[in-house]
Amino acid sequence: MNWDIIFGVSLESLFNATMIAYALAAIGLNVHFGYTGLLNFGQSAFLGVAAYGLAMTVATFGAPFWLGIVIGLAGAVVLALLLGIPTLRLRADYLAIVTIAAAEIVRLLFRSVSLSEWTGGSDGLQAFSDDFYSLNPYSSGLDIGIVTFDVRELWVMTVGWILVAVSLLVVFLAMRSPWGRVIKAIREDEDAVRSLGKNVVSYKMQSLILGGVLGSLGGFVFALSRAAVQPDTYGTEFTFYMYTIVILGGAARVFGPVVGSMIFWFLLAFVNALLPALISQGYIPTWLMDANQAGSVGYILVGLGLVLLLIFRPQGIFGDKKEVMLDGR
Amino acid sequence: MRRAVIIFTAVLGFVLTSLGFGATSALAAGESLQGTLINAGQPVAGVVINVSDESGTSAGKATSGADGKWSVTVKGAGTYKVDLDTTTLPQGVTVTNGRPSLTLTVFEGAARNVLFPLGQAAAPGSKPAEPEGSSTADRVFDLIYTGIHFGLIIALAALGLSLIFGTMGLTNFAHGELITFGALGCFLLNVTVGLPLVVSGILAVVLGGAFGWFQDRVFWGWLRNRRTGLIGMMIISIGAALVLRYVYLFAFRGDTKQYAEYVAQPGMDLGIISVAPKNLVMDVVAIVVLLLVSLALTMTRLGKATRAVATNPSLAAASGISVDAIIRLVWTIGGALAALSGVMLGLFQGVNYQMGFQILLLVFAAVTLGGLGTAFGALVGSLVVGLATQLSTLWIPTELKNVGALVVLIVIILFRPQGILGRRERIG
Repeated sequence: MNWDIIFGVSLESLFNATMIAYALAAIGLNVHFGYTGLLNFGQSAFLGVAAYGLAMTVATFGAPFWLGIVIGLAGAVVLALLLGIPTLRLRADYLAIVTIAAAEIVRLLFRSVSLSEWTGGSDGLQAFSDDFYSLNPYSSGLDIGIVTFDVRELWVMTVGWILVAVSLLVVFLAMRSPWGRVIKAIREDEDAVRSLGKNVVSYKMQSLILGGVLGSLGGFVFALSRAAVQPDTYGTEFTFYMYTIVILGGAARVFGPVVGSMIFWFLLAFVNALLPALISQGYIPTWLMDANQAGSVGYILVGLGLVLLLIFRPQGIFGDKKEVMLDGR
Repeated sequence: MRRAVIIFTAVLGFVLTSLGFGATSALAAGESLQGTLINAGQPVAGVVINVSDESGTSAGKATSGADGKWSVTVKGAGTYKVDLDTTTLPQGVTVTNGRPSLTLTVFEGAARNVLFPLGQAAAPGSKPAEPEGSSTADRVFDLIYTGIHFGLIIALAALGLSLIFGTMGLTNFAHGELITFGALGCFLLNVTVGLPLVVSGILAVVLGGAFGWFQDRVFWGWLRNRRTGLIGMMIISIGAALVLRYVYLFAFRGDTKQYAEYVAQPGMDLGIISVAPKNLVMDVVAIVVLLLVSLALTMTRLGKATRAVATNPSLAAASGISVDAIIRLVWTIGGALAALSGVMLGLFQGVNYQMGFQILLLVFAAVTLGGLGTAFGALVGSLVVGLATQLSTLWIPTELKNVGALVVLIVIILFRPQGILGRRERIG
């Protein structure tokens, strides 16, 4: 048993780019679900649009990197407007329908053969991250005992953690402002807010855009850390993971999504590293489980975790039970 | 709110299923075309099969083995043209229906069986079978039949889902796993134990009902007593679905398997379409079961009690109906119906650990389209969904058929959220 590697991989997932991408996505989702009470089940579309906006601008059209970032962010805003304008006026729940539908339409279009000239079809796009990595100020990787990050990882992580810090600051300031109080009031009782003369639709739209843009930052980190975009990574399972993370950390808490993401990925990486090692060492007999089957154990545990959390601790680690919108309205 | 939840879940489900849960699950099943070449009871080896996609580019090639089997793995769901190279057939053997070239649709995650009936070539001089005349009309009829057949399979699952939603308000994301349960149960009994398919199918339906009862007995009933919120329960069912699906994967592995019998049955020529008898039998069974359940809901005292619970649980309880017993009954029926749907789906496209999940979104769409709380709504909605997805491939690329269906669903929800047959007062 090589415990160094198992713990090393798990510890790395506390800080690495994947965890950061999920944390950013969950911060955005927390603005929707946790603070505003919008059941957005299409958060993966915001990440996908941002990632593809960047990748297509650079790889397909050869435009500069910064323009790609701007286009990716603009794409997220446009997506929020497209989703919100027809639906927010009706009822909050319709947003959920349209977001999930849109997320899958977006993914299908990205992977469709007819558009593969621009999107690369199901293979996705590569070669858009060179400008980003050429800005890398680090000259050597980080190696502290069991945890190692190479130069590229270190640069993505630095940028990612800065983005996380900025996002948390934005959410923190926004939610303690008068604007944030209106947003939280909408979650508690929409009609009461409307009767006070607030334009509920407009506030919801602002929340949708804010959460979407925060999520799109996660899309950039995700795409840049892999130096590739691939349509099927932006599927609905992505969104389910984000919900698990938000609920684990505690909905409607500023630090909830980040802590949730760290714990989620630490545990998942630990299980995914431990089981194959146990099998190869013969501690788990092969009639019980082989290396292929070990992969599904991680998913089973995620599902089990989600079920147990919602039954026994719906407020997660930091949340307040009264603030979690889990009851039918 | 309940309606809102189900609608939203419906779409969620619809999208997920229709697109397959490709996403990040690393274990997506490969789509393939396969078949067995048999002439007069003997396997035919060495026959070359070419597969090309809609644009005409080659998507694969296979040669039948000593057991007559061939299989071509394709990139994804879509329409493929399968050509049997007649020059590689043994001397004197021919494709008896005169169609060595077939155009077929492969579904997400499914292994599509292709049948080339072989036989002795007719004596020289006699005319070979006339090739099909107008292929477009043929295709339309074929798609209409497939749509109805698929719609009936969806309807079985949709009825149970609609009942469970109606009585306890749960938008059950784990319903797809009840479907898979039926298919896997039937596969185990049929292939591993060796029972005849019909017997194992019936046993699988019984087991499915027991599984539904058991789920409600130990899990959902307990959650109801704890007064878990509806959105909370919905997310719990997502987690439960994840657990069940990957337990299936753990136990059954990721490949698509076939039952031991009736896998490739030659079609009967019904004039405009050619249908395998197994499909007609399934259609009849599905229609009879659907009618029986719908009639039971409207005619019997128990059905009346079920509808009373759906309309107003407190009032039903006050008038002496045991709400919990009714919900448990609904879970049992829902589980059995879903298992039947799974058994049939397994015969239609093979058995796979995520087959139920892939179809779940279509089931949700059918429930929403048909209108909640109506006995026949699920049936109508399912037929609409089945026909719409099949027929839309006439105009749009097969890979995008679900985008079209999705857009239509959103439009309907925006303008008629109660569905086709739903009554407005039910949704308040």
